[in-house]
Amino acid sequence: MAEPLLSLSGVNTKIGRYHILHGVDFAVPKGGITMLLGRNGAGKTTTLRTIMGLWRAAEGSIRFEGTDLARLSTPEIARLGIAYVPENMGIFADLTVRENLVLATRERAPDPRRLQWIFGLFPALEKFYALAAGALSGGQKQMLSIARAIIEPRKLMLVDEPTKGLAPSIIRNMIAAFRELKRTETTILLVEQNFMFAESLGDGVAVMDDGKIRHTGAMQALAADRDLQQRLLGLHLDAHQ
Amino acid sequence: MTTMPAARSATAAPPAIKRDWLPILLVPALAAAALPLVGSFPGWLTLTVAGLAMGMMIFIMASGLTLVFGLMDVLNFGHGVFISIGAFAVTLIVLPLATLVQADSVLMNVAVLLLCAVVAMVLTGALGWAFERAIVRPVYGQHLKQILVTMGGMIVAEQLIHVLWGADPISVPPPEAFRGSVLIGEAAIERYRILAVAVGLAVFAAMLLVLNRTKIGLLIRAGVENGEMVEALGYRIRRLFVGVFVAGSALAGLGGVMWAFYRQTLTPGMGMEVMVLIFIVIIVGGLGSVGGCFLGSLLVALVANYTGFLAPKVALGSNILLMVLILMWRPQGLYPVAKR
Repeated sequence: MAEPLLSLSGVNTKIGRYHILHGVDFAVPKGGITMLLGRNGAGKTTTLRTIMGLWRAAEGSIRFEGTDLARLSTPEIARLGIAYVPENMGIFADLTVRENLVLATRERAPDPRRLQWIFGLFPALEKFYALAAGALSGGQKQMLSIARAIIEPRKLMLVDEPTKGLAPSIIRNMIAAFRELKRTETTILLVEQNFMFAESLGDGVAVMDDGKIRHTGAMQALAADRDLQQRLLGLHLDAHQ
Repeated sequence: MTTMPAARSATAAPPAIKRDWLPILLVPALAAAALPLVGSFPGWLTLTVAGLAMGMMIFIMASGLTLVFGLMDVLNFGHGVFISIGAFAVTLIVLPLATLVQADSVLMNVAVLLLCAVVAMVLTGALGWAFERAIVRPVYGQHLKQILVTMGGMIVAEQLIHVLWGADPISVPPPEAFRGSVLIGEAAIERYRILAVAVGLAVFAAMLLVLNRTKIGLLIRAGVENGEMVEALGYRIRRLFVGVFVAGSALAGLGGVMWAFYRQTLTPGMGMEVMVLIFIVIIVGGLGSVGGCFLGSLLVALVANYTGFLAPKVALGSNILLMVLILMWRPQGLYPVAKR
């Protein structure tokens, strides 16, 4: 079996006196989208932040292409080719859309062809290129946040709840964009609460609860098993339809 | 079916950004309001130029501190030491080169000033680097310890000035070309104040240029807003912070040079004395905002000069009153940085 791109083994994270992650184990295979699902407070965001080095793992190992991320600083982790799209989007509101993208391009100016490709995914960003990012709508800010993560080719994208608070039309736009991203080399680990969104994009899935991984497998299998959904996520899908 | 909040479509136009001119208009409004109170135009012009000159010098001293706070949330109460050291560095140039200071040649006088600025900035920049490593770095993220340890550092440095330069005040008159006044109508404007305004404007323009036109500037602006995200993009914000700390210390040193020639007397505590004004300026301007710091400096200095003339007894508290009024109007300062 091929070596996974990212693997977490026995990861424990403590924030102050709170013990959030209790031995998280799962792997993200190369290519495609792995969904990380779970109820509020299950530890999904903490897992992404721990991978990114924003919170340090107290125990366990996080291996990315053979490198132990737990020993590296956040900038070093980012420079390995890992992009992070936080839940709050993390855009720089006082900077323009252009400046946000220039900043995400670490070594040089944005590649014009890649920029055009991004504008194809998110036309609003071209329209408001010179505008302060703080003036964008929630959906446009989310697009900018994702655009910033893909302005240069990355090996792995960590995306935290990209559909949070967005209107259905913008979520459809997001699904189309992630489908396009799936066609590239980028591997995506995506935290999501919106099961429909997860179902339409995910290849693999890991489900968390109480700081532990409770289930891993194919997204398709979870989508087909309503009892499992109910047990793991407490979902009543009828309520969403 | 779950309902989601209505939102504008992805390509809908965002609301037009309105430029916030009100804080900028405060400065001319304050000056215009003072004119009838002062009564005579020449007197008003003299006071206004004095206020602008003082404001520019405060800005030079304060601008580094506001960025240091904005970028890393570091409360450096020891910033005044760089002002004092910058001011005392003047003695290293003007005492041995006294003939050039008193020379009739403008070129020589300017050369002396430039030399003072360069020496002071190099000295305070290097001191800033050491101060950051030895005193600030161990207390990142701990505000109370930052206040205690940076104040302690300042007291130690002040005592070192006593040891090196003695306790007696040292007189440092400005170079010959910048002494005396020029007459504009019936108003006598001190030459040195005109120079201070020019230097302050040049520093402000240079800072805007760096912050808005360079990648380093972009990183600083982004770091002030969200340092964690800058790190997640692959930049080492600690290194950036050290650079900003060194540059801020060097600017404080330059401010110290300008302040030294303005006061014409050096005392070891001169940096600490001006820190109260500097803190008022960066709070009024909005922590981390260079533009706010510039406007705050001008407002504080103009208010101090006008009230000093009109009602000397309330002059001492006038800046506190100004700060209270501005914070009642805008609790996060004139130009709050997005994250705050």
